[in-house]
Amino acid sequence: MNIIVCIKQVPGTTQVEIDEKTGVMKRDTGSAKMNPYDLYAIETALRIKEELIDVQTTAITMGPPQSEAVLREAYMLGIDHGILLTDRKFGGADCLATAYTLSQAILKIGLPDLIICGKQTTDGDTAQVGSELAEFLELPHIACVLKINSLTNRSLEGVMDLGDFTQTVELPFPCLITVDKEIYEPRLPSYRKKIATRDRPIQTLSFSELPDQNPVHYGLDGSATRVMRVFPPVHHKQNQIFEGTPDTLASEISKILIKMKVL
Amino acid sequence: MGGIYIHPEKISDFEKVKNLCPFGAIEVSPDGTIQINSGCRVCKVCVKNGEPGAFEYREDVISATDKSEWQGITVLGEFLPSGEYHPVIFELLGKARELADKVGFRVSLVLIGNEIPAIPNLFWSQGADQVFVYDAPLLKYFDARLYADIVEDFALKQKPSVILVGGTPAGRSLAPRVAARLRTGLTADCTELDIQPNSDLDQIRPAFGGNIMAHIRTPYHRPQLATVRYKIFSPGQPDDSRDGEWIYCDLPDGLSASIKHIASTEKPKVHNIEDSDILIVAGRGFKKKEDLILARQLADELGGELACTRPLIEAGWLEPRRQVGLSGRTVKPRLLIACGVSGSVQFTAGMKSSEMILSINNDPHAAINQIANYSFIGDLYQIIPALLKFIKNGREQ
Ligand SMILES: Cc1cc2nc3c(=O)[nH]c(=O)nc-3n(C[C@H](O)[C@H](O)[C@H](O)COP(=O)(O)OP(=O)(O)OC[C@H]3O[C@@H](n4cnc5c(N)ncnc54)[C@H](O)[C@@H]3O)c2cc1C
Ligand SMILES: Nc1ncnc2c1ncn2[C@@H]1O[C@H](COP(=O)(O)O)[C@@H](O)[C@H]1O
Repeated sequence: MNIIVCIKQVPGTTQVEIDEKTGVMKRDTGSAKMNPYDLYAIETALRIKEELIDVQTTAITMGPPQSEAVLREAYMLGIDHGILLTDRKFGGADCLATAYTLSQAILKIGLPDLIICGKQTTDGDTAQVGSELAEFLELPHIACVLKINSLTNRSLEGVMDLGDFTQTVELPFPCLITVDKEIYEPRLPSYRKKIATRDRPIQTLSFSELPDQNPVHYGLDGSATRVMRVFPPVHHKQNQIFEGTPDTLASEISKILIKMKVL
Repeated sequence: MGGIYIHPEKISDFEKVKNLCPFGAIEVSPDGTIQINSGCRVCKVCVKNGEPGAFEYREDVISATDKSEWQGITVLGEFLPSGEYHPVIFELLGKARELADKVGFRVSLVLIGNEIPAIPNLFWSQGADQVFVYDAPLLKYFDARLYADIVEDFALKQKPSVILVGGTPAGRSLAPRVAARLRTGLTADCTELDIQPNSDLDQIRPAFGGNIMAHIRTPYHRPQLATVRYKIFSPGQPDDSRDGEWIYCDLPDGLSASIKHIASTEKPKVHNIEDSDILIVAGRGFKKKEDLILARQLADELGGELACTRPLIEAGWLEPRRQVGLSGRTVKPRLLIACGVSGSVQFTAGMKSSEMILSINNDPHAAINQIANYSFIGDLYQIIPALLKFIKNGREQ
């Protein structure tokens, strides 16, 4: 059985801010990490590998060359193969173009039995790429899987989160799932595996190796959405500021609460 | 190829240029050549803030849909296994009506399920002109691929310009499939929507995982898809004089389920923070889990619930259902007291419509001050105990 896990490198800090005066966005670009939700996707693949015999796991990521780091991390966790999908032509991709590019890479290396994605990324935060990928590959999918009840070589039974209720379904392979944090507790990277996989190669795929050679299906050209502009959030509330000793402030607060009839 | 193009001759300081890109996508090689790598998100900050002419944005229009063929705004409604409509429908209808009136569009609602109760008046008064119902035993349980087949059938026949989908777990699983099927754009978790006279939808959402907003359009594709979380918009004023058309649709040929339904289970009912009139929100101003007792006591005294920001959930201090914000719950209580909360966009997106917002924060420049009605600048470790004492004394008198 083959499993592909889709992972992404995201900024280590969420502190991107726009300087209101200069309009410059500031971010500490030095630190980058694996999308935290994707650790659960990797963990799910590894648990399945431990449960069934003859399971091969592959992690794939699309991003700039330095995203290789998340594939190395996947190796340290126990993933067997890593694929880095990188090309300047992929730059500026929205979810549609990202999912399409991933689908082309997966067709190139061969459709697995199961594809696992994280529920969402912490930078894009759209939770769209997984479902769009399933659609491009014409696979059934379920999102926000909380639990895998059982598993055979032909199908899995999983529980998906639908808000106030859950739905348990049987999903035939090949299929795609996106997993929620409740599914398993991710393991920590192993130093032993780090040493053992130090020289393990990472396969790189670029535009020229993908089945669809029409460049307009990738990157910005292949994207349907356009960022018109980015700007700092604006607020309109009338604000009154109080300063003083804790007792004065507490008494001001209680005045408001009394006026609101909360007290 | 569309993207950012560099004119190196117009750049005087190569070191400075590297830091221009918030995504680190500008690479300067040791030999002085400069290029943009695949990390580029085309946010155009380099075009705006770089030296004049140094960075150029080029866009190739590959194929543009004829916008005049796509008219109307559609809301994709969710019908719950409990036999009820998901209330986000009414919020989306209100917004759809407002947008439609600006450009002279009709508003339609699509319902997919089995044994859907027909309560047309409810939808007319909330803004719908037409309701399209796909009702069949096969459609009883949510199945993203199967439901996408239905939405595709509807979209190709009715050609709506805009499709709004509730940002519920089911909506967020279905909408991307529909977008990919129709090869069009989808913007997740919009917090504001507007429409241009040429029917381009203006979509605003927090972006790039930071304290910034992005304005997004789908300029060449139709339909334009957007998801909006529950309680971001308010339902419109009901208008009982309105009328509409209730239409049962035939299922497209060759439809089949992609997954096998085994069970639907209602989650145990818990008291949700969304249902509370008064919320005390704890942020990272609290230094230890034990200190939350202060916020909890205040909540108890005021008859409210304790809620929190995301870092506290990540630290495991409280249950995830207590998280306020874009990736948590959207709340609109009568009173919200934010204690030690900085007021990031992701947080405020989930609470800024609260009726009365108080903030206790020792930083006079915290962003929360911009949305709070009243800000109290000081140490929560001193103010909350003083307030608790005040309340106690008041009660004893
Ligand atoms: C994709 C994405 C989605 C997100 N979704 C959410 C979400 O849904 N909800 C959410 O909350 N966050 C969300 N976040 C995180 C968000 O960006 C912020 O990091 C978070 O809201 C900050 O929480 P905070 O205000 O508690 O902490 P901080 O930003 O650290 O602020 C703490 C505040 O406490 C004040 N303070 C410190 N000590 C004291 C004291 N003794 N007395 C009084 N004040 C004190 C400080 O001045 C500061 O203003 C999201 C982030 C991303 C990237
Ligand atoms: N560039 C990428 N490369 C590989 N997988 C990705 C990429 N972007 C998103 N994904 C996968 O899609 C999931 C949802 O991402 P998003 O739609 O960006 O929230 C992630 O958790 C990953 O599993």
